[in-house]
Amino acid sequence: MYNEKVMEHFNNPRNAGDMENPDGVGEIGNVRCGDITKVFIKVNEQGIIEDIKFRTFGCGAAIASSSMLTEMVKGKHVDEAVKITDIEVADNLGGLPPQKLHCSNLAADALKAALKDYQDKQK
Amino acid sequence: MDRIYMDHAATTPLDERVLEDMMPFLKENFGNPSSAHFFGREVRKALEKAREKMASLLGATPEEIYFTSGGTEADNLAIIGSARALRNRGNHIITTSVEHHAVLDTCLALKEEGFEVTVLPVDQYGMVDPNDVREAIQENTILLSVMYANNEVGTIQPVEEIGKIARENNILFHIDAVQSVGNLPVNVEKLSVDLLALSAHKFYGPKGVGLLFIKEGTGINHLTHGGGQERGKRAGTENIPGIIGMAKAMELAYSELEEFVPRMEALRDRLIHGCLEMEEVKLNGHPSQRLPGNVNVSFEYIEGEALLLSLDFKGVAASSGSACSSGSMNPSHVLLAAGMSEQTARGAIRLSLGRHNSMEEVDYVLQVIKESVDKLRSMSSIYQGKGER
Repeated sequence: MYNEKVMEHFNNPRNAGDMENPDGVGEIGNVRCGDITKVFIKVNEQGIIEDIKFRTFGCGAAIASSSMLTEMVKGKHVDEAVKITDIEVADNLGGLPPQKLHCSNLAADALKAALKDYQDKQK
Repeated sequence: MDRIYMDHAATTPLDERVLEDMMPFLKENFGNPSSAHFFGREVRKALEKAREKMASLLGATPEEIYFTSGGTEADNLAIIGSARALRNRGNHIITTSVEHHAVLDTCLALKEEGFEVTVLPVDQYGMVDPNDVREAIQENTILLSVMYANNEVGTIQPVEEIGKIARENNILFHIDAVQSVGNLPVNVEKLSVDLLALSAHKFYGPKGVGLLFIKEGTGINHLTHGGGQERGKRAGTENIPGIIGMAKAMELAYSELEEFVPRMEALRDRLIHGCLEMEEVKLNGHPSQRLPGNVNVSFEYIEGEALLLSLDFKGVAASSGSACSSGSMNPSHVLLAAGMSEQTARGAIRLSLGRHNSMEEVDYVLQVIKESVDKLRSMSSIYQGKGER
């Protein structure tokens, strides 16, 4: 059902866990399938995302896509990170099963929420 | 450690002794039992011998045994065939909310033909109350379909009592007994049953073969049109190697039942207790009225599919209650019918034990489950405990 890359990220998730004093936190849930993904970010003075962590309740695809997103985001400027879409996350994983593409691929949206939280705190 | 198979409710490996009996019918004895010549006659003899053997094990007569392609086809033939045959007597069918889809969806499909369907609720253990059956009976009720034991949570239904109610009310009684042979005694007399469906690959027989017991005198409309095999009830050349294998598998299941059941129960109970020692775990299904090899537990805060993948990675084959279909993760209809919340139902996994499992495997699996659950919880967004750093 899942390709090797998805399974590899599922089995060895990058950046899973909590973060102390994050600069931004975002949480997105999918009502239909019940998945919930939470993203924590640390942003430096230049606007670079120095650290990112995730916690996800969901299936293998949900965990793998969260892991992939954190890998894509780390070291990127917030202006660039905000442009990342769920489709890009899935593409970087070499594709997800069609039925998983939207319901279990929430990390990009959770990141957007975290970035908004970060920007709100800057004001 | 090698791979560990704990998904016997999905399918079982073929028994060596069964394969041995099947081999001649995959090679030299290839004839069509409907042929008049020597090749056909030889196979016909073997077919009828297999039928007699299974009939006698089930407490039936050979004329009451009809071979099909498996449990699903047997359930379809039983339900659709009898409903259509009794259409002039009534149009009401009673079934339960925890049936396999082969029964539930078949009953519901009959609504399109003008049948009314009552789907009975179950208690927190997934068990049907015979009083609910009694109350659901109407003047126009023609058929009652209840499974012997549930494939997901292993709950054994009070089918004998329900059978008596059916008999008292002159209603046909169908049992989906697919999970039963090899795990429970199955005797059609004792069960007061008119129709009973079985599948060979659930008891170490081959895939692609099953049977429907149809009590003598029960009207059934055939669903397949063709060569009139199985006394007109199921057209299509019989799956001879499959039927021969099914007979041997059933013989072994019956003769080894007494030895098999306590051994499975010991493994099952150790596995259940080991799981329940972990935090925030719930046993699904009935605590005592359950299949000897069935373990179904919900781990809070994680998704069954993720746990299943994690176990698979460590060489343990299990099954999860939820299935992802058309953009939504559907928790098991059985667990929801038993009143479980969607979130807890999504954390369910089933481990179904079999002949080749050992205590050492159970202990290893418990260790792997614990590691996997801890890991998945540590990254779960709804778990309040400490996350990984």
